[in-house]
Amino acid sequence: MPEEQYQRLQQRNADDVKMLWDLLDAIKDPEIPALSIWDLGILRDVQRNGEQVIVTITPTYSGCPAMDNITTDVIQLLNDNGYRDATVKLSLSPAWSSEWMSPEGRKKLREYGIAPPEDAGLDDDGLTPDAHAACPHCASRNTRRISEFGSTACKALFQCDDCGEPFDYFKKI
Amino acid sequence: MSDQIKQATQEYATRLGDDSVVLGHRISEWVSYGPFLEEDIAYGNVALDYIGRARMFYTYAAELADDGRDEDDFAYMRNDREYRNLLLMELPKGDFAYSQVRQLFADVYYTLMLPELLQSKDETLSAIAAKAIKETKYHLRRSRDWVLRLGDGTDESHQRAQKAVDQLWGYTHELFDMDETEQLLADAGIGVDVAGLRDRWLEMISAILTEATLTVPEDSWAVRGGRIGYHTENLGHMLTEMQIVHRSHPGCKW
Repeated sequence: MPEEQYQRLQQRNADDVKMLWDLLDAIKDPEIPALSIWDLGILRDVQRNGEQVIVTITPTYSGCPAMDNITTDVIQLLNDNGYRDATVKLSLSPAWSSEWMSPEGRKKLREYGIAPPEDAGLDDDGLTPDAHAACPHCASRNTRRISEFGSTACKALFQCDDCGEPFDYFKKI
Repeated sequence: MSDQIKQATQEYATRLGDDSVVLGHRISEWVSYGPFLEEDIAYGNVALDYIGRARMFYTYAAELADDGRDEDDFAYMRNDREYRNLLLMELPKGDFAYSQVRQLFADVYYTLMLPELLQSKDETLSAIAAKAIKETKYHLRRSRDWVLRLGDGTDESHQRAQKAVDQLWGYTHELFDMDETEQLLADAGIGVDVAGLRDRWLEMISAILTEATLTVPEDSWAVRGGRIGYHTENLGHMLTEMQIVHRSHPGCKW
């Protein structure tokens, strides 16, 4: 497990509010409902001071429109579970990295039909390569990039030349 | 943070937010007009990156101003004379070549400017730069590819790309201007000394234009004024459209 993922897991498991981390793991990303905000690495920190709960989240991309929905969902869920005084803080630093995505998240993403970041890697420029992302449907590497920009800011569009299916690839950043 | 630095930083964050929201809006005008579906989606993505950037800059500016305004007030409740964006960003989208050449000029600028902003002693500005750098890499690859393809394409695409380069060139000088506010922040290690970026910008742009068989124009004319609120007539029209919903339904939530 890469360092970043290990650190996140340690933080969650060792935290005296582990139950809150577990609770928040139920909140899904509205654009990729297969993944929770924990799986994506958007959930950064949970603090409890008496009755007050402060949850810190970070956007994947600058213009990620899911942030407002996620904030509302977090507050709603905490309120429903008896935490009346809940706030959500948006943190920008350190910048989100696809390295933070959990191992389960990567698996769930593939099952959902989206190739996770490690299924393509990076080209010489440090950007999404123009071919050979593993197809999440048939696992073929005989694929090519159709568009650098996919259905959301975090994805690129590929097509498989073996099974013929187009698929989203979650960019490695 | 001293009051003087705080005020200058607020002004600076507003300027950078203005650059981002105005360019982001111009790019968004291509949505549903792209030459093909993937390109249309690419425009939507890039626009969203810029609008997201604007939101982060404005949120910070509002926090520093601490006068009850929020990021929406910065975007929607100021008039053209209060906007401080660079003129390059506000010019109408023109044809496809024009928008891609403008994008290339902006993308190379941000490729050089953002790594400097990342070094800022101001943690928030540095954090915004860290996010934006990753996005700009993708933007530049796209605009560079298009300018090469258009410049070194058909007679028609070449001629349109060259015309765009010539028409936009005079607006690029302003990108590297410094005034008292920006000098103060550059000296304090908070803002970027953009004047020092022009040589590298020119070098990178010249290499791309030359590869695209386009001619790098002579420096003959320059238009300036965005940073003091003197705009082309285009900004007012753009803001009218951008702000009407917000102003027609004050405080509306859904």
